[in-house]
This record gives sequence, C-alpha cells and structure tokens, in this order.
Amino acid sequence: MRFLRGALELLGPAAVVVAVGVVGSFTSRSNEIQFRNTLVFVAIVVALYVFVGNSGVLSFGHVSFVAVGAFASGIMTLPGDVKPGVLPDMYPLLRDHSIGNAEGLVLAAGLGGVYAFLVGMPLMRLSGLAAGIATFAVLGITHNVIRYWTKIGPGAGTLSLVPETTDLLQATLGAVALMGIAYAYQRSRLGRMLRATREDPAAAQAAGINVHRQRLWAFTLSGALSAFAGALYVHLLGNITTEQVYLELTFLSLAMLVIGGMGSLWGAVLGALLISGFSSFLTNAEDGVDFPFRLDLPTGTRLVVVGAFMAFVLILRPSGVTGGKELSLPSASSWRRWTSNSSNE
Amino acid sequence: MTEIQTIIDAIGLGALYALMAVGIALVFGVMRLVNFAYGQLIMFGAYALAFTNDLPEGVSILVCLGVVVALSLTMGVAFVPLRHASPATMLVATFAISFLLQSIALLRYSFTNKPIGDPALVLSRLNQAFTVGSVHVRWITLVLIATGAVSLAALALLLNRTSIGLQIRAAAADFQTARLLGVNAGRVIAFAFLISGVLAAIVAVLFVVQTPFVTPDYGLRETIIVLVAVVVGGIDRLGTATLGGFVIGFATGLFGGFLPGQGPEQGSFPFTTRVYLDSVIFLLVILVLLLRPAGLFARGRGPVERV
Repeated sequence: MRFLRGALELLGPAAVVVAVGVVGSFTSRSNEIQFRNTLVFVAIVVALYVFVGNSGVLSFGHVSFVAVGAFASGIMTLPGDVKPGVLPDMYPLLRDHSIGNAEGLVLAAGLGGVYAFLVGMPLMRLSGLAAGIATFAVLGITHNVIRYWTKIGPGAGTLSLVPETTDLLQATLGAVALMGIAYAYQRSRLGRMLRATREDPAAAQAAGINVHRQRLWAFTLSGALSAFAGALYVHLLGNITTEQVYLELTFLSLAMLVIGGMGSLWGAVLGALLISGFSSFLTNAEDGVDFPFRLDLPTGTRLVVVGAFMAFVLILRPSGVTGGKELSLPSASSWRRWTSNSSNE
Repeated sequence: MTEIQTIIDAIGLGALYALMAVGIALVFGVMRLVNFAYGQLIMFGAYALAFTNDLPEGVSILVCLGVVVALSLTMGVAFVPLRHASPATMLVATFAISFLLQSIALLRYSFTNKPIGDPALVLSRLNQAFTVGSVHVRWITLVLIATGAVSLAALALLLNRTSIGLQIRAAAADFQTARLLGVNAGRVIAFAFLISGVLAAIVAVLFVVQTPFVTPDYGLRETIIVLVAVVVGGIDRLGTATLGGFVIGFATGLFGGFLPGQGPEQGSFPFTTRVYLDSVIFLLVILVLLLRPAGLFARGRGPVERV
C-alpha cells in the first residue's frame, strides 16, 4: 500500500502532464504552441521546486541557470552556415562549431549544474532573505554578462534562427523526466536529509546533517534541471532575447510554485499548469472563444486578469492550492484503515 | 573637477535611494513584508503627474500625493490577511500585485494603440545646471539632497517624538508584545503604509523631474536595487536599511561616473566598462552578504542565521 501511495505521488502528476500533451496533439497548430509552452513551464517550475521546495530557501537566481541552458543550447545548435553572420563577435571555438539537439540539451544540463555548484558553494551558507537577495544578485550578474559580453552571449539583440526542436513529444517527455528526477531525489536519502533541514535546521544539524552540503547538492541538481528546462524553452521559442529569461520569468515561475504549494511536487506541477493554462486560455479569449458562451476579451486584459487571479489565490490560500501536500486519493486514510482491518481478520 | 561633480551626483542618487529604502523598511518593520510593489506606487504617482501636466504644478503634486497614498493604503488592506503567511507567500503576493498594477498601466497603451510612454513635465526647469568653477550641478541634485535630508529628519522626529511613532517602533521591535501593551495593530499598519505612501509620492516627484518619460515599468529597476540595498544594509532597523539605500545609490553613482564608457577607451581589464556596472554592484552585494549576512551596518549577527 505504501508503495502504491508513493507511486501515485509521482504517477498522478505525470499522468496529468501526459494528458496535457495528448490533448495538445489533437488541437490546431496555433493552440498546440500554448500546450507546449505550458509543458515547458512545468519543467521550469519543477526544476525550481527541487531546490526551493525541498530546502525551504527562496531562490531568485534560478532563472540564471535557465538562461545559461537556453543560451548554451541555443547558440551551440545554430546551424553552422548562419552562425558567423548572427554572432560575429563570438569566440571562434563557439562560433565555428555546431551540435545537435540531444547534445545541446545535455550540454545545457551539464553547464547549468557546474555553474550552480560554483555559485552555490559560497552562497549556500546563507539562509532567509540574505540567501534570496544573494541569489538574485547572481541573476543580475548573469543577465548583465550575457547581455553585454558578445564573445559568449547574444548581446542586446534577439538570438534568432534557433532550431525549433521542442515539439509536443519532447516537451512532454522533458517535463515528465524532470518530474521523475525530482521525485527520485526527494525520496532519496539526500532529499530526506534536506527536507529535515527545512523543517528544523537546528535539529537536523544536531542529528548530524551538514546543512550546507545538502543545500549545495540540491542547488546543483536544481541548476542542472533548470538549464535543461531552459534549453527546452529556447528550442520552443526559436528566437529569444536576454530579457525573456530575466525578471518576468523569475517572478512568474516563483509565483507558479508558491501558488501551487511550494512543498510538494504536485504543487509545482499544478501551479504551473493552472497559471500557464489559464494564461493561454485568456490569450485565446482575447481573440474570442466559445467557452459555454461567447467570450471576447479586449486586448491586453490577459495580464490584468492573470495578475488579479494570482493575488486572489494567494490571499485566499496562502499556503498554495495543494497546501504543499502530495497528490493522494481523497479517501486514502479510510482506505488504509479498511485494508489494515481486513488483513487483521 | 569631474570627480567632485561625480561625487555630488552620487550623493543625490544616494539620497533618492535612501528615501525609497526607508519607505520599504518602514512597512517591513510592522508587517515583516518585503513590498515588491513599492515601485508601482512610484509608477502610479508618475502617471498622476503625467496626466495633470495642464494643471498648476502644486495641484499636480497634490494629485500625485493623493493617488499614491490611496494606493498605498489599499495595498495595506490587501496584505493584512497575509500577515501570518510564510515569507515566500507574502513576497510572491507582492509580486502578483506589482504585476497586476503594471498590466493595468499597460492597458492604457493596448486599448488606444498609442506608443508606450507619457511625458510628465512637472518641475522640469530643475534640470538646468548652474556652474561653480568648472563643476556643473543640476538644481535637481541639490533638491534631491535637501528633500532627502528634510524628509528623513521629519520622519525621525515623527518616530521619536510622537505617540504613533513610538507605537510604530514598538510594533517593529515586537508586534505581539506591542499589541499586548495596547498598541492598535490596524492603526499602526495603516500609519506605516500612509507614511510609506507619502515617501513614495515624494520619490515619484523627484524621479519624474530626472526621468520625465513615464512607462509601465517606471521605477521598477530602482525598486529592485533598493530592495537589495535594504537587505544589504540590514532590514531589521530603519537606520541601517536607510544607510544601505544611501550606500548603494552612492556606489552606483560613483562607479557609474568613474568606470569608462563603452567604446575605444574600453579598459585594459575586462569588465571595467560602464555596461558592467550592475555586475560590479551585485558582486559587492554578494560579498557583503557572505561576510555580514545580517546586514552591513547591523550590530552583531542579528536574527539571520548562518548554516
């Protein structure tokens, strides 16, 4: 029974995500991009959750890893014939070589992990607001350097002509793979130790857990996953500026996580699906949809409605829609009682 | 002599950031809430000024004050239910409010198909410079420094010499105990948001004089830097938070003046051109936080725990 419950915690959300992918494959081309976008957001929020959810420390810096992944994979997969034209200032090593889609994703994840490890080594000594602000400073530096150092980054313009390889299948598989890794981590010995430090740092330390080390593991893993999600994102968009992986994405992904409930994988997935799905629906509604009745919103109202929705959900449910609990059957406790009774007889 | 000019400008920027910092720290004191939406108070104030270009300047500034204070009090009411929520929830709720207010401002342009941005003309004559020796100082820089000093002094008087000031300080030190001793929670919170709103209105006017082109993301970048500055200085006490604001403003002005601009004079060291100013500031922020996690000016280790 315990195994079943554990399986439900992962397979339930995974099934929902796969269902989103399957529904997306039946819609029109213009709607399909919304579904892919939602799935990539699930990936980004799950990657963020691996650190924030398990450690309880807020990070405003995760979009730096998303950006690193996005630009690493985006730049390296540009076709060799257009690359010197698009990125003339780049170091020759980066400018004259191109790699494929799969290598790009792996490269992104590796680079993100290494970067997160290096950044995390000093920063993971901090907690509370100081940690939040320090990680934000990392984001500021990352954005600043990628934007202005044209030897490694795209500069102030748009990085275009990136191969759009993130189709529905890749987006769904990517999101589900990240969820699997996140779940495996949180059920592992390392994950449990980190969760113990979240609940009570002093007690966890007294029990022999090295808080700094556990946070650093999670930060590194989370950085690698974020960069992977970032690579999915860049291959979804096809063209990207440094501003697209900066402030707004940071706030949006954190808001999704907190609104879903930041303590659980199910919360991360649900938050991303809710906000991103709602926002996609409103995008369509701005062009007019038949949703029981005719709904035709004026252009620009989408952001207002999404903002108001997020504020209301947080004010009404401060601990998130799931309350930070994993997915379980509504009658799980009574079901357990029933099975234990029957096994006694 | 450009050094003197740079230093005077840096003090001006420091004064502006200090005013913003004290408004943010005041609300943090009574609510434990880092109000990210503070920048949108300034933005709405700036729009109030831009929409009243035709009115006399005094009236225009009063309208700005009214709008910003009303909005600040509304925010206070909206955030009260979250008082006992986790810090993450409170912060993200202020993100959401900030996002909401920005998108409301954007509606102005998406409804009318106008190009984004409105000019605000209030007090624009303060941008003229006067010359002492070879130093050119804009009047607004002096006004910034004077307004900053006067506002902070007035606030200090209010907090130290009046009953409500004492209550706010008591609530900031220990909210529960203050309530047990008869401090009215709602009144204290309302007052903190009121003062914070008045400060935001002052900042909006000063800001508009320097940067008259008002957009929906007006003041956002500065608010973020000030939020960082407040934590770097030490968010638990008003004085340290304000100092933090001043120091970051001053440092930004100073480095901005001394780092070479982009172009042929690009320094012999990498990353020494002005475009990397943000990186330099943020790197200093990280160093300070690692060495003094409770804040640059905080006494002892403070409540921030190191692991």
